Amino acid sequence: MKANWLLGGALVALMGATGLSQSQPQVPVAPRLLSETGLYAGEGTRVVDVRNRPFAPQYPLWSDGAGKRRWVRLPEGSTIDVTNVDRWDFPVGTRFWKEFDFDGRKVETRFLWKVSKTNWVFASYAWNADQTEAMLVPESGMPDAAPIAPGKRHGIPSVMECRACHDSSRTEVLGFSALQLSDDRDPNALHADTLTADMITLRTLVDERLISPGRTQFKTDPPRINAATPEARAALGYLSTNCGSCHNRDSSIASLGLLLKHEVRGDKPFRGDKPLGLSATECTPALATTVGRKGHWLVPANPVESRVINPGKPELSALIERMRSRRPSSQMPPIGTVVRDRAAVDLLTAWVTANPDEWTRLAVTCGPGRS
Amino acid sequence: MKKTDILITAILIAAAVILTSVLATATVGATTAEPAPAAPGKIARGKYLVDIMGCHDCHTPWKMGPKGPEMDMTRALSGHPEDMAMPPAPALPPGPWIGAVGATMTAWAGPWGVSFTRNLTPDKETGLGDWTLEQFIATMKTGRDRGKGRALLPPMPYFNLAHLTDEDIASVFAYLQSLTPIKNRVPQPVDPPEGNQ
Repeated sequence: MKANWLLGGALVALMGATGLSQSQPQVPVAPRLLSETGLYAGEGTRVVDVRNRPFAPQYPLWSDGAGKRRWVRLPEGSTIDVTNVDRWDFPVGTRFWKEFDFDGRKVETRFLWKVSKTNWVFASYAWNADQTEAMLVPESGMPDAAPIAPGKRHGIPSVMECRACHDSSRTEVLGFSALQLSDDRDPNALHADTLTADMITLRTLVDERLISPGRTQFKTDPPRINAATPEARAALGYLSTNCGSCHNRDSSIASLGLLLKHEVRGDKPFRGDKPLGLSATECTPALATTVGRKGHWLVPANPVESRVINPGKPELSALIERMRSRRPSSQMPPIGTVVRDRAAVDLLTAWVTANPDEWTRLAVTCGPGRS
Repeated sequence: MKKTDILITAILIAAAVILTSVLATATVGATTAEPAPAAPGKIARGKYLVDIMGCHDCHTPWKMGPKGPEMDMTRALSGHPEDMAMPPAPALPPGPWIGAVGATMTAWAGPWGVSFTRNLTPDKETGLGDWTLEQFIATMKTGRDRGKGRALLPPMPYFNLAHLTDEDIASVFAYLQSLTPIKNRVPQPVDPPEGNQ
């Protein structure tokens, strides 16, 4: 009979493995206070724990001019799986924090915590008036969290809104990637923070063996956006972060046909999925899916000539017009901003207007009528 | 250990292994297989929901019939008619008025600008033909186009529909996808006047 009990136990274990067991593991939840998330050393919120490493993506997301500080903590002895260079797989237990301030006053800190192989906890914490602690915000978010411009207020997004962007690329972390941490930083990137000595870059990850496989080429040949001009590089980098989080090949809206996320793996030009054999400045996905393309949204003033990017005609480029808008019916990005990024509109306008010969050549090699 | 015990144990193990294998296969199949055609019951449930939730009220154009305004069911759920160009919305009279609505009940003007009801038929180019169930559910739950894009505009009561179960939303989607496609390119919304930037 003993053998039967043992084998019965094995059967129960098998049932558990198939999900038939009654008991479910408890899913961790975000702590009530920011000071309980592990960001700070000791009590309170004055000193950041040295195990939390600061970093600064080279192409930051526009958040209505907010100042931002970011930290990451990897579990002791763990590595990030970078087998897929564009979709890093973080070890369970990884934590990220991003602090937002307006005019020096902390407003919110967002917290991403990988609690299992497939699950991340998303949480936001709203700072109190004394700037001494931040409280967990309800999942529905907190509209009107702080004034940021005349008639404009910063809203802390709901978890659903967070996931709208963070779940779009099969990786929940958006600002910590090969391109964003590259040591070959774009000097013309908009709104970028200055790197400080304590910040993690790709070189740090390689040197400290925090990534697997080691990928020493991240040091010897760091990723960069190869573009025809410095303005083009900065513009494509801006679009990669601010638009590519949703408009990428893995997103649930990939069928819209707009691919603005720069992929390190995709540094080589392509048409569809086939390499074109041209130089990398010729026809990257961001150009192939925008230059001369009609798009779903048309510039109201001239729908006939409207294109996603209309070379030489920023006023007929839907991409720029939607970046310019902050009306709910047309603004892009649609989430996380209520104030137009004037610097970005100026950059994109200059990019689309300059170098007409280059645009003409691109329209031939990359546009819808290409040979 | 008796022979019968060994036999029973062996049968139990074999059953468990088969069960594991079957469930694993079922899980993989659920995530990778092509979506099967919706069951008739699901489509019927979707039709029931669409009918009682008032989807036709705004997504089916109205016309003037012998007994007054009536829905034009030849264009059921195809949204604002492409061939009906709307003039600028009228200026509102003094008082607590907030908006104006076209005679088809498919064009709505207010502080949000002018919204036109969407073509819900499964036409690939102008309707929901290229939509996925995931996008449809995300739209209903978030009130955003395909779950990520611009906010849905009044009078779309997505905040009510967000309370539907995923299963019911899937039934609605199955019904809409079962309709005959109607090619009707609905205009994009018209922004309100400058000032909200």
